Amino acid sequence: MPHTTAFARNQWYVAAYGTEVGRELLARTVLGEPIAFYRTEDTGEVVALADRCVHRRFPLSQSRLDGDKVVCGYHGFTYDTTGTCVYVPGQKRIPRTARVSSYPVAELDSFVWVWIGDPALADRTTIPRAPHLADSGHWTTVGGMEPIDAGYGLLVDNLMDLSHETYLHGGYIGTPEVADTPMTTEVDEGAGVVRVSRHMDDAECPPFYANSTGIKGRITRWQDIEYHAPCLYLLHSRIAPQGVLPNPDGTDPDAFHVEITYAITPSTPDHVYDFWAVSRDFGHGDEEMSTFLRDFNHEVVMQDVNALNLLQKTLESEPAGYQELSINIDTGGLAARRILSRLAAEGDRSASPDNVAR
Amino acid sequence: MSRPPTAEVYRVDWVPGTDELHGICHCGAEHDTQDPVLMWQWMLSHPDHQEDDR
Repeated sequence: MPHTTAFARNQWYVAAYGTEVGRELLARTVLGEPIAFYRTEDTGEVVALADRCVHRRFPLSQSRLDGDKVVCGYHGFTYDTTGTCVYVPGQKRIPRTARVSSYPVAELDSFVWVWIGDPALADRTTIPRAPHLADSGHWTTVGGMEPIDAGYGLLVDNLMDLSHETYLHGGYIGTPEVADTPMTTEVDEGAGVVRVSRHMDDAECPPFYANSTGIKGRITRWQDIEYHAPCLYLLHSRIAPQGVLPNPDGTDPDAFHVEITYAITPSTPDHVYDFWAVSRDFGHGDEEMSTFLRDFNHEVVMQDVNALNLLQKTLESEPAGYQELSINIDTGGLAARRILSRLAAEGDRSASPDNVAR
Repeated sequence: MSRPPTAEVYRVDWVPGTDELHGICHCGAEHDTQDPVLMWQWMLSHPDHQEDDR
């Protein structure tokens, strides 16, 4: 039985960067639902419609826009921004059922979020925030997106346990201290947030930070993870010369701060979109540094992609009921799995009351 | 989906220099173990925590 993590419906997911959505139709599959995205001509609002024409299921994303309407590339069925069919070829009567689903969307912090579930339950105020992504006055951000041929649970596992940096990313962002330093795990059950903190008092400075901050010696390195299940993962990274701490009033002028953001968007049971971004509060306007951080972090992301592609394939070939072994480093990952399992069950219950009894 | 912080917070500290995990439930009960799976089982047994409760 393949290793998969159940989808959690009635949740917001990142479908794209805002810069990816324009006047060309963009196809993304989120929680198994194919969706076509575009912007309206005048207001630039993002529209998300089910990516299948009601007629013969042709992908609308492979069609064309006529103003704010989508014209199916096969037989010309035409849909407005609400998904209502407003034209069919050769006849005046438009069948009552000729419409495609439209999805609630919100554009926040440079991401396009889409609600997967009952549209009546979509509340934009519940979208977790990553304000640094759109705050170019204080943060300089580089980023990208890599699809991974693995269930999204494997990416959550990967990001919740950073001890893998020492081994998978050794010589890039990992040093021995990451795996060797105990961490603290907190779960805010009501908020659905898992926090994992690892504070290294005296650590080697990995090339990623040595080259970008210019610190030559050992460092104090803090990693504070904040996972807003199911989609948004924030890693607050603080780098300072060894022994340099924040001031008592909370100011921290002698440290370098990097916000590592991931949006973990399940596409299909064995496919996940890995949106990643690195935001720094130093070296603004330094294009060379931006290029270094983008290229270097892309290499790190690809190390994860390759490892998870391999792991998914391996798990698919395992006999049913294979065993895992969890140790202390997995405390945060186990907490995240449990929250995801709860969210999936809650999503199923609200989707179908009949499921409650199962 | 993000909701405001709540008081229902579980905390697990990996005790430095040891293999020990120290857990604190939001009700104040505490527990020590070297197995994170058992730790979460204990946490989720709230309010019926067994053994080691202080």
